[in-house]
Amino acid sequence: MAGPDLALDPASAPLQEPGAATPARDQRVFVASQWQLTWWRFRKHRMAVLSGMVVMGFYLVVLGADFLAYADPNASEAQRSLMPPQTIHWFDGWRFRPHVYPVKGARDPQSFRRVYQADPDQKIPVRFFAEGFEYRLFGLIPTSRHLIGVDGGRQASQTIFVLGTDVQGRDVWSRLVYGTRISLTIGLVGVTMSLVLGVVLGGLSGFYGGIADTVIQRTIEILRSIPTIPLWMGLAAALPRHWTILQVYFAITIIISLLGWTELARVIRGRFLALREEDFVVSARLVGCSQMRTIFVHMVPSFMSHIIAATTLALPAMIISETALSFLGLGLRPPAISWGVLLQQAQNVQTVAISPWLMIPAVPVIIVVMAFNFLGDGLRDAADPYGR
Amino acid sequence: MLAYIGRRALLAIFTVWAISVLSFAIIQLPPGDYVTSYIAQMASMGSVVSDEEAQNLRIQYGLGQPIYVQYFKWMRLIVQGNFGMSMEWRRPVTEVIGERLWLTVIVSVAALILTWVLALPIGIYSAVRQYSVGDYVATFIGFIGLAVPNFLLALVLLYLGFVLFNAHIGGLFSPEFQDAEWSGARAWDLAKHLPIPAVILGLAGTAQQIRIMRANLLDELRKPYVVTARSKGLSEARVILRYPVRVALNPFASTIGYTLPYIVSGSIIVSLVLGLPTVGPLLLKALISQDMFLAGTIVLMLGVMTVIGTLISDIVLVWVDPRIRLEDG
Repeated sequence: MAGPDLALDPASAPLQEPGAATPARDQRVFVASQWQLTWWRFRKHRMAVLSGMVVMGFYLVVLGADFLAYADPNASEAQRSLMPPQTIHWFDGWRFRPHVYPVKGARDPQSFRRVYQADPDQKIPVRFFAEGFEYRLFGLIPTSRHLIGVDGGRQASQTIFVLGTDVQGRDVWSRLVYGTRISLTIGLVGVTMSLVLGVVLGGLSGFYGGIADTVIQRTIEILRSIPTIPLWMGLAAALPRHWTILQVYFAITIIISLLGWTELARVIRGRFLALREEDFVVSARLVGCSQMRTIFVHMVPSFMSHIIAATTLALPAMIISETALSFLGLGLRPPAISWGVLLQQAQNVQTVAISPWLMIPAVPVIIVVMAFNFLGDGLRDAADPYGR
Repeated sequence: MLAYIGRRALLAIFTVWAISVLSFAIIQLPPGDYVTSYIAQMASMGSVVSDEEAQNLRIQYGLGQPIYVQYFKWMRLIVQGNFGMSMEWRRPVTEVIGERLWLTVIVSVAALILTWVLALPIGIYSAVRQYSVGDYVATFIGFIGLAVPNFLLALVLLYLGFVLFNAHIGGLFSPEFQDAEWSGARAWDLAKHLPIPAVILGLAGTAQQIRIMRANLLDELRKPYVVTARSKGLSEARVILRYPVRVALNPFASTIGYTLPYIVSGSIIVSLVLGLPTVGPLLLKALISQDMFLAGTIVLMLGVMTVIGTLISDIVLVWVDPRIRLEDG
């Protein structure tokens, strides 16, 4: 679709040759499928394409978290509590030889804090594809290779902490990578659930109208006028303390999607209402298609792109919700790792002032939320390729 | 018009009832009750609660009865204006919440006002000077405002205040006014502390409103009546402010409804980070200790505030935009 015939792309063509439309180009527009048109239109939105790549990058991190992390995210060590980030020095003189300086910790006799001193005379070489803890890549291939690492990473003197360590001496980078896995999938699962609810209820509401529509619309109105966060807090506080990580994880997704479906249902109802009277839907009904067939074969494909856009725009809200709940200590709880759980350590200003790297988990939250917003915007604009 | 308001008001009352059931249900959800968490709390401090005392507490708070009986008793109290006793504080709920509820309202309304004061002119500017540097700056700030969760913003500002000015910028009062009686000096102190929480709470809303205002006004500016006004020789300010801005304000009005609840909701988490004496931190504690009347009352009151906000915006919308009246009539 993309590839060598880029110049024929009808979307970018007017930029190159304003006004001139060759027959070949016209033909392409006429025979292009809706998805092709959508794709052409989406591609024009630079920011959205870039954001799409960022989002994909984050999901690659989700897949390869074990590979990208070089330390066990739960391995704590009192001897290296709150260690500042170690800079990787890429060159040794003129030779490419990445290394870090070993860091020695000592207790400051006055403040009783641990202070760390780097020793620039010694060098710890940083290896690529280094040996580390064992894991299964993508849950299948057993291996112990990690993107980077140092030899004998278990000893306190031979360490690499790219983003420093937290209060309990756990590696912030590795925890961040694992946190990405939970924070980003919780959004996906949550949005899937909202989507199912939204499509079913929004569809019922829009397709049948009448009493079903009234009841569903009033329910949505009521749900929307309930202050979200107190409700979430109440529900999250109700989760039994002894539940396993997995149980809490699913409970939290249910809680955040409980209110998230309303917006999707609204969008889908709107599309159903708009389409219900269209000629192709009426004729489908007249030739005797079953209702299921009318809905799923004829109607849904024509607003699939709208659903995808609405879903993309709903995702950042889910991610923020999880982060906020976990930040309050009501969402996921340690030993589970998510961005919110990581940020809990940054709640105390005094701690953050001394160890600012504890705030780093805020960065991916902001980047992902922005990327999803731009991506969703682009998708929404592209969703209706026949307009304008 | 009256019928419309009446219907809205009925729906609002129904919503309040639904919220009361929901908030009660939520509070009943956790296994155990306040007495179990009280016993656990006492045990962690090394003292033992006797079975007899636990039994007495349960009877005192009516915890042994079926849930629907508890709900009706709670409702009957509320209708009489009595919100029950806070189990943890051993004081009437109204007394515990008291000032905090007003401070929540003050902070939220300040954020709302700030949102409007900033969003309106910036939105108008962005639309009139589309694609100018100012427009891009506004759009960029808008996106940041939407993307940064407000509790993170609070955290960052707190950190910057601490590192750059060595000052604690949280709270709503200086220490000397913390528990003081209300006076002019205390109100002034509050006013001085208000901007930071108001900015943090209002930023996301402001960003959204700027985008809405800009989009609305851009649609209006292209219409022929604007050209007519201009060709009749009206000054540019008059052309823009007198007609298209007024029309563009209509959809804007409909957003008050969800802006206020959004701010109130957000204020809970932000209050925890900034240490504001609003109902937020109180709610979190009450939920954790299962202080059911306190938590229930707070959720209910926030819900009522939300419903009132929505109702007001619905009415304002009908009042400013006659087209809606026609559709519904």
